[in-house]
Amino acid sequence: MSTTTTAVPEKLWSGGKSPFKVEYGKLMMWYFLMSDAFTFGAFLIAYGTTRFATNGWPNPNEVFKSYPFASENANAPLVFVSIMTFILIISSVTMVLAVQAGQQMKKNAVVINLILTIIGGAAFLSCQAWEWNHLFHEGAWWGRNPFLNADGTASTTNFTNFFFTITGFHGFHVFSGVIINIIMLIMTLTDTFEKRGHYLMIEKAGLYWHFVDLVWVFVFTCFYLI
Amino acid sequence: MSNEANLHSHDSHDTNHEHHHETFITKYVFSQDHKMIAKQFLITGMVWAVLGGLMSVLFRLQLGYPDSHFSWLEDILGKWWVKDGQITPEAYYALVTTHGTVLVFFVLTAGLSGTFANFLIPLQVGARDMASPFMNMLSYWFFFAASCIMLSSMFVETGPFSGGWTAYPPLSALGSASPGSKTGMDLWIIAMALFVVSSLLGGLNYIVTILNMRTKGMSMTRLPLTIWALFFTAVLGVLSFPVLLSGFILLIFDRNFGTSFYLSDIFVNGVGALPNEGGSAILFQHLFWFLGHPEVYIILLPAMGMVSEILSVNSRKPIFGYMAMIGSLFSIAILAFLVWAHHMFVTGLNPFLGSIFVLLTLLIAVPSAIKVFNWLTTLWRGNIRFTPGMMFAIGFVSLFISGGLTGIWLGNSALDIHLHDTYFVIAHFHIVMGVASMFGMFAGIYHWYPKMYGKHLNNTLGYIHFWITIAGAYLIFWPMHYEGLAGMPRRYYDYSNWESFKQFADLNRFISTVAMIVFATQLLFLFNFFYSIFKGRKVTSLNPWQSNTLEWTTPLRPGHGNWPGEIPEVYRWPYDYGKDGQDFIPQTTPVGEEESHH
Repeated sequence: MSTTTTAVPEKLWSGGKSPFKVEYGKLMMWYFLMSDAFTFGAFLIAYGTTRFATNGWPNPNEVFKSYPFASENANAPLVFVSIMTFILIISSVTMVLAVQAGQQMKKNAVVINLILTIIGGAAFLSCQAWEWNHLFHEGAWWGRNPFLNADGTASTTNFTNFFFTITGFHGFHVFSGVIINIIMLIMTLTDTFEKRGHYLMIEKAGLYWHFVDLVWVFVFTCFYLI
Repeated sequence: MSNEANLHSHDSHDTNHEHHHETFITKYVFSQDHKMIAKQFLITGMVWAVLGGLMSVLFRLQLGYPDSHFSWLEDILGKWWVKDGQITPEAYYALVTTHGTVLVFFVLTAGLSGTFANFLIPLQVGARDMASPFMNMLSYWFFFAASCIMLSSMFVETGPFSGGWTAYPPLSALGSASPGSKTGMDLWIIAMALFVVSSLLGGLNYIVTILNMRTKGMSMTRLPLTIWALFFTAVLGVLSFPVLLSGFILLIFDRNFGTSFYLSDIFVNGVGALPNEGGSAILFQHLFWFLGHPEVYIILLPAMGMVSEILSVNSRKPIFGYMAMIGSLFSIAILAFLVWAHHMFVTGLNPFLGSIFVLLTLLIAVPSAIKVFNWLTTLWRGNIRFTPGMMFAIGFVSLFISGGLTGIWLGNSALDIHLHDTYFVIAHFHIVMGVASMFGMFAGIYHWYPKMYGKHLNNTLGYIHFWITIAGAYLIFWPMHYEGLAGMPRRYYDYSNWESFKQFADLNRFISTVAMIVFATQLLFLFNFFYSIFKGRKVTSLNPWQSNTLEWTTPLRPGHGNWPGEIPEVYRWPYDYGKDGQDFIPQTTPVGEEESHH
C-alpha cells in the first residue's frame, strides 16, 4: 500500500453542499419545530389515552356533517373539513413555490405566492371559525358536549374538551403562521431580502408553515377520521 | 475534520463590538453580552437559592421542634405563616412546595445551566457571542418575569401554591381543594409557563451556538466535556419542557374553563365538585414526569460536564475516556426520556409496564458508572491540586456515588412500593441531584470566578465552605435513609402525632440543627462571592489554572466579542495535560512534527 492512500482525507463529504451546512437560524427553526412537535405529541397522546380509557365516543360522521348555508338536517359527513384540509395543503404548495422563487431571487413570484399562502391560511382560519361557531350553536363548548355516543348513550365532555383545546392550539399556530407570512410579505415588498442578497427568512417561515400543515394532518386524523 | 468547523455563514453581526457606546442600561440591564447574561442568571439564581434555603430552614424548624413556640417568628413572617409561634400547616405545605419548585427550576435549572451555558459555550467553542444574543437576553428576562411572579405568589391572601412541586391534580386543578390552590396556583402556573419559554429560548441558542459557531479547528470531538454536557442538557430541555407546557395548558383549562382532563368524580367536603366526569389525574402525572425525569438530568449534566473539566485540569491529567464520557452523556440523555414512570410505581401502573421501566431505569446505572469510574481514573495517580473548585468537584463525585446507589434501590418497583413517599426518597434525590448539582455549581463558580470577575475568591473561606457543606450534606441526608426505611412518610406536617415516628424526634432535631449550620455557611460563601468582586485578590495570570481551553486565551476582562483580534484557531483536543513531558498544551498550540498521538 502506498503512503499516499493512508492519509486521512481532509474532506469527508464530497457530495456538493453538505446538508448539515445550514446557517444558525434554520437550525434553530428545526429544533424549535422538534420542540413544538413534542407539544402537539403530548396533546394528542393525552387525547388518545383519555379516549382509550373512556366507554363510548361520538361518531365524527355524526358530529361534523354540516357546512355553511346548509339546512338544519344537512348530512354531508366530513365534506367541509375535507375542503379545509385541502385549502391548507394547497397553501403549503404555494409556500413551496414562494421558497423556490426566493432561491431564484424572483421577487414578484415570491410576492404572488406569499399572498396566495396568506389567503390560504386566512381561509382555513375562517373555515375553522365557522365550524367552531356552528358547534357552539349546537351546544358544544369546553365542558359541554351535546353529542351522544355512537351507541346512543350520553358522551363524556372530554370529546369537546380535547377537540376545542387541540384544534384551538393548532388554529393559534396557523394564526401565528399567517402573521409571520404577512411580515415576510412586507419585508419582501420593501426589498429587505433583495438587499441581503438572499431569501433565507422565507425558507424558515416556510419550514414553520409546512410543520403547521403536517400537524393538521395528525389532528385531522385523530378527531375526524378515527 | 477542520473543515466542518466554522460553519456559520452569518458572522457579520458579531464583529466590531469594540466600538459600541454602552450605557449603564445596555451594559448591565438589557445586556446582550453572554457573559453579562450569565452573571444575571447567576445572581438571580443565588437570590433564589437563599430564599429557597431559608424556606427549608423554616420547615425544618417545624420538623425538628414540633412542640416549640417561636413567637419572634410571628413578628417577622406575620399571622398567615406563623400562629402561636408555630408554622401553620398551610404555611408548611406552601414552604415545601415553593422550596421544591424554586430549587429545581429556578436555581438548579436556570441558575446552573443558565449561568454556565451562557458563560462557557461562546468562550469555550470560540465564538464572539451566542448565535442570537437578542433571544439570549429575552431568555433571561422571561426568567426574571417568572421569578417576579413566583415571588409575588408568596404574598397573596390565600397563600402560595401548596400542593407539592409536582403540582398533581386535584390539588392543582381544583380551586376549592386547598387555600393554595386558588390565586397562588394561578401565579405559580403563569410563572412556570414563562419559565418554559425562557428555557426554550435559551436552549435553542445553546444548541445552535455549539453546532454552528465553533471556531476553526474546533471539531465536535475537540469540544471540552462541559460543552458536550451543556449540549445534551439543552436538547433535553428543548424536547421535554414542551410536554410540561402541554400538561400545564390542559391544567389551565381544568382550572378556568370547566373542563375535566385531570378530574373525575371529585368530592370536596362531601359535595360533588364537578358535574362531569371522565378525566384522569394520572394523565397529568405522565405528562409531568415526562418532563420531570429529563429535568433531573437537565440539572445533573451541566454539573457532570464542569466536574469532568475541573477534575482533569486539577489532576494535570487528560480526562480518562473522553469518547466514553460523550457516549455515556448521550445514553443518559436517551434513557432520560424512557424512565419517567418509575416515579409512578404506586399509581396502579400495570406491573408488567412497571417491570419495563425498572429495566430501563437500572440501565442508567451503566453510563453513570462509566462516568464515575472515568472520574476516579482521571484522579488516579494525578498531580492533584486541591483548589476549592477541585474540592467541590471531588465532593460531587462522592455525592453522586452515594446518592446513585440508593437510586438502584428506588428503581426497583418491588422496593419502591415500600419506600415510596418516605424520607428515603427525600434523602436519595437530595444527595444525587440536589446537593450534588449544587456542588457542581459551586465547583464551577470557584473555578471560573477569575474569568468572570478578574478576581480570586478567598481560598480559606472556600475550604471552610467546602468542609462544612459536605459534612453537613451527609449529616442531614444520611439519617433520613433510616427514617425512610422505617416508613416515616414525607410531606407530614407533624410526624409526632404517630407513635411509631416519635422515636425520630431527636434525630429530626439533629437534622434541623445541621441544616441551619449549613445554611449559615452558605452565607459565608455569599460574603466571599460579593466581597471578592470588589476587594478580592486580583488575577495576575491570563491562565491561572494552566488550563488548555479557549476561555483562558481571552484578555483578563474580555469585552463584548471576547477576543480583541481574531478568534484563535484550535489544533487539538482540550485535554493534553502531562503529554510528552509538558505540563499542559493549550488547544491553540499547533501539533508538533514529533508529537505523539494521544
